[in-house]
This record gives sequence, C-alpha cells and structure tokens, in this order.
Amino acid sequence: MHMSDALIVPAVAATMYVASSTATAFSVKKVRIENDAKKIPVMGVMAAFVFAAQMINFTIPGTGSSGHFAGGLLLAVLLGPYAGFLAMVSVLAIQALIFADGGILALGCNIWNMAFYACFIGYLFIYRPLTKNRLSNGRIMIGSVLAGIVTLQLGAFSVVLQTYLSGISELSFLQFVAAMQPIHLVIGTMEGLITGAVILFVKNARPELLELDAKNQKMGFLQFLVLCSVMIVMIGGGLSLVASKNPDGLEWSVEKVTGESEVAPNHANEGAVEQAKRLQNFTAFLPDYSFEGKDSKAGTSFSGVFGALLVTGVVSGSLILVRLFRQQNDEPSDSEQDSETL
Amino acid sequence: MSKIHNAIAQIHELDDLSMQKTAIHRLHPLVKVLITLVYIISVISVPKYNLAGTLVWILYPAMVFYLSNIRVKGFLRKMRLIFPVILAIGIWNPFYDHSEVIHIGSLLITGGMVSMCTLMAKSMLALMASYLLVANTGIEKICYALTLLRVPNILVTQILLAYRYLILLMEEANAIFEAYSLRAPRQKGVKFQIWGPFIGQLLLRTIDRAGSLYEGMLLRGFQGEFYYSDRRKWNQLDVVYLCIWCFLFVLLHVAF
Repeated sequence: MHMSDALIVPAVAATMYVASSTATAFSVKKVRIENDAKKIPVMGVMAAFVFAAQMINFTIPGTGSSGHFAGGLLLAVLLGPYAGFLAMVSVLAIQALIFADGGILALGCNIWNMAFYACFIGYLFIYRPLTKNRLSNGRIMIGSVLAGIVTLQLGAFSVVLQTYLSGISELSFLQFVAAMQPIHLVIGTMEGLITGAVILFVKNARPELLELDAKNQKMGFLQFLVLCSVMIVMIGGGLSLVASKNPDGLEWSVEKVTGESEVAPNHANEGAVEQAKRLQNFTAFLPDYSFEGKDSKAGTSFSGVFGALLVTGVVSGSLILVRLFRQQNDEPSDSEQDSETL
Repeated sequence: MSKIHNAIAQIHELDDLSMQKTAIHRLHPLVKVLITLVYIISVISVPKYNLAGTLVWILYPAMVFYLSNIRVKGFLRKMRLIFPVILAIGIWNPFYDHSEVIHIGSLLITGGMVSMCTLMAKSMLALMASYLLVANTGIEKICYALTLLRVPNILVTQILLAYRYLILLMEEANAIFEAYSLRAPRQKGVKFQIWGPFIGQLLLRTIDRAGSLYEGMLLRGFQGEFYYSDRRKWNQLDVVYLCIWCFLFVLLHVAF
C-alpha cells in the first residue's frame, strides 16, 4: 500500500504532509511530556523490530499463499499511540529512503495511510475500548482483528482518494475502490490475526509489557474533536463526491406516482409555499449542496464538510449550554449558603 | 538469497556508496535534500500527456550518476521491485482513455498510452532522485539535514536508531526463521499456530536488547537527542550547485 511519488500531485502531497506533520508534532509533544528517556531507544529498536518482522512471510491457512505483517497496531499497543506513531514514522521514512518502498514526496500520504489510522483510529477507537476494562484472550483477538480490518480499509480508501484526486489513473473512483478494498480486507484480517497472536504470546510470557499507563491512553476532548474533524473531512469532503445521483426513497415514490420528482402545491397553499420558498432561497447559501449558480466537486465537498461542522457546533454548543445550566442549578444560592453557615 | 539477506545487502551497498569521496559526496547534505525535493516536485508536476517534457528531466539524475561515480545497476535492481506496482495502476489508462494523440504509420497512439508511459517515466525519475540522495549522502547526513529543517530531534533519533539496529534485528529474525525452517523443511513461511510465538520471541529479545542498549547509551552520555559531529556551514560550491540546478529546473519547466 506504499504510494510512490508518481501517483500524486504536489498539492495532494503537500496537504498530506501538513496532516501527517501535525499528527507527528502532536505525538512528539505527548512523548516529551511523558519525559521517559528510556522510551526513546525502545521506540527506535521497536521500529527496527517491525522492519525485521515485515520480512517474514506468514502462510495463510487454506490458501497456499502468504502475507506479511505491517506492525502499526502492535507498536501502538506496546508503546502507546503517540510513541507507536513516531516509531512507525521512522519505519516508513527508512523504507522510503533505503528501500524505495514509497516515495519521499508521498511519505506524508504513507504516514497518514499506514501510521495514523493504525495508531489513532485502530488502537484508540477500536482496540483500546474493547480491552480497556478486561484484557481477555477473546477481546484481544476481536479487538486486533477489527482494528486491523478498519485500519487497512481506511488506508486503502485513502490511497484511492489521493490517487483519484491527483487524476493519475483513468479508472473511475468506484472501480478503483472495488479493486483495492477487497484485497485489503484480507490483508487487514491477516494483520489483525498476527497482531492478536503476538499480543496473546506477550500477555502469557511478559504481561507487564501490556500494562500501559491508563492516563496516557485516555483521549482528551480536544483530541476527540480533532479526530472527528478528520473523519468529517474524509466523509463529508471525500465520500460525498461519490454519493448516488439516484433519487431518494421519497422522490422515487413521488416520481412513480405523479411522473414528476416534486409535487406542485395545491391552490390553497400556494401563498404559504411561495413564502417558504423565498425564505429558503434567502437562507440557503449552499443550494443543492453546491455553491450558488455552480455545480462543482468543490461545492459538494465544501457543503459536506461545512454541514457536518455546523451540526457539530450546534450540538456541542447546546450540550455546553445544558451543562452550564446544570452547574448553575447545582450551586447553592446565597441564602442557602448563609443558612448553612448559621 | 533470502529476502532478509537481500535487504541487508542493500543497506550495506548504500552505506558503501555513501562513503565515496567525490565532489557530489562532499556537498552539504541540506543542499542535496533540497535539490532532490525540488526535482521530485518538478517531475510530478509535468502534465500527464507530456511524455517528452517528462523525459528531459533525465538530465539531473544522469549528471549526478556520472559525477558521483555511482553505477546505474544498483538503481535498476530497486526499480525491478517497484515497477510492477506502478504498472498495475498505469496499465488501465490505455483501456479507458482512447483520445487520439498521433498516428505512427497504422498504429494509433492514444492518450491512455501516453499517460501510462508518462507515469512510468515519472516513477523512474523520482526513484532515481531518491536513490541518488541516499547513495551520495548517507542516512546520518540526511538526518543532520532534517535537523536543520527543524524536524524534531526525537524523530531524527528514532530514524537513526532504527537504521542502526535494522541489520541486527533482521539477522536475529533470519536466525529464528532458519531454525524454524530446518525443523519444518516442507513449509513455505510460518504456519498459523506459530505466528504468535515466532514474532513474540523476536519481540521479547528486542525489548531486552533495547534495555541493554539504553544502559550502554547512558554510560556514553546519551541525553535523549542526536548530535552530529561533522557539522559545517555552506560554502561557495554548495551555493553554486544549488543555484545552477534550480535555474536548470526552472528552464526545463518553462521550456517543456
């Protein structure tokens, strides 16, 4: 899944470098806060371990073929998401420089597709919640496999998005997705099974290696917001481009019954409908999920992202207001305080 | 030769190449990193139907191969592994893009064929630039250049540590794999039941080694950061080299 330089344009490379650099800078800050000097050589040597482990072929039972191991999720489990991410960055950098596995300019994309998803999405959103309260064998395997599958699916999808947005391949978006996702489902399952098997071995042999500081692994609200923002941009800005152009259920039903996609208002309601339309035209600055007067991909992406951010803002704002009111209600009033003092 | 031995041989080969003493090798590492980045950006910016405009960019790698006394054979070995991946993506272009470009006799050259060839050429050129950067600079000097570009020291230290211990751990993995293969001669790869213990053993040895490594580094004054001893300022040759290539890149970009 390593992307080479020729598969992207400078704009995409720059964007992904900014995204990966932000994640890297954040991880560096978190690792520095931990202030554990011993972790640095451990991270370096673990990166070399992942490299060595990637050289081994693992036979897939029943197929006669073999796969290999990526290691991002295992690094996150053993070192924590931030240190694991930095270790993966060093693995990918060496692969790009020494082995030409992935381009130098595409390094930002590769870091995002392989390190970010494994350490922050797969580990923090899937593996960690499943195993946080109980580190049983079943939960470890389920968590690893699920995290492996989701990580590789997201990574493969990102490769498709980045190549598609660069306009390199003549394959349509859906064709490219259809080619990439199924194979990475198998690879992700393999990754999860191998990672799970290794964690189980370590749990039996040296369980203290899996007892990470719970405080370090807890995701703060700001980090949660950042991760949600990333998902919003990908889904609202990216996936929206391939949304179906077919009518939705209601439009389809109306078309079948009346022959038109919209119902004309009856005579009695015409005035009210006109007023409502005028109001809507006045307020809608993204009519039909695009810029006014234009039907462009940029308008669709912008509408997706803006809409999701607006909903997030309204919901978060409402929850903050509710919390403030509740805090007000919980604080005793002055007269109540005075009577307590007496 | 096994995959691991191949990988170790590649690392040694690049190390040996980077220790030569040509004029290119003596240039400041930051100059070479910057030129490589500008070159790759320029190459991938060429429009996809401009094959001639892509091929002219061979000028830079051809000159550097010659001046730094590096043989093309080493590069071709790497290209052999990457080429099929690029081909798997580019091969679809002729099937979907039938726009006419030119007739050569009775043969119609379509836009899809041109864009496929351009993709191959760009991959090759970008790969050449990366290979030359590592072959005539070396990983330590590249890491020094990264520190000058304000890449966090902790990340640079990671890259160096991973690089130093790569060979050791690959040899350890190879030893474990050979021991396993001798006990399971008819098997290709590691079977399912052994995945956990196989990698787990390597992992535990790695962690123990990291502990000894840390103690050794502490005794030698390690304080969590990478220090490069061969620091030097830019000289006239570095500036002239950078300016000449930047000028030529602009010229190629404008002319083609």
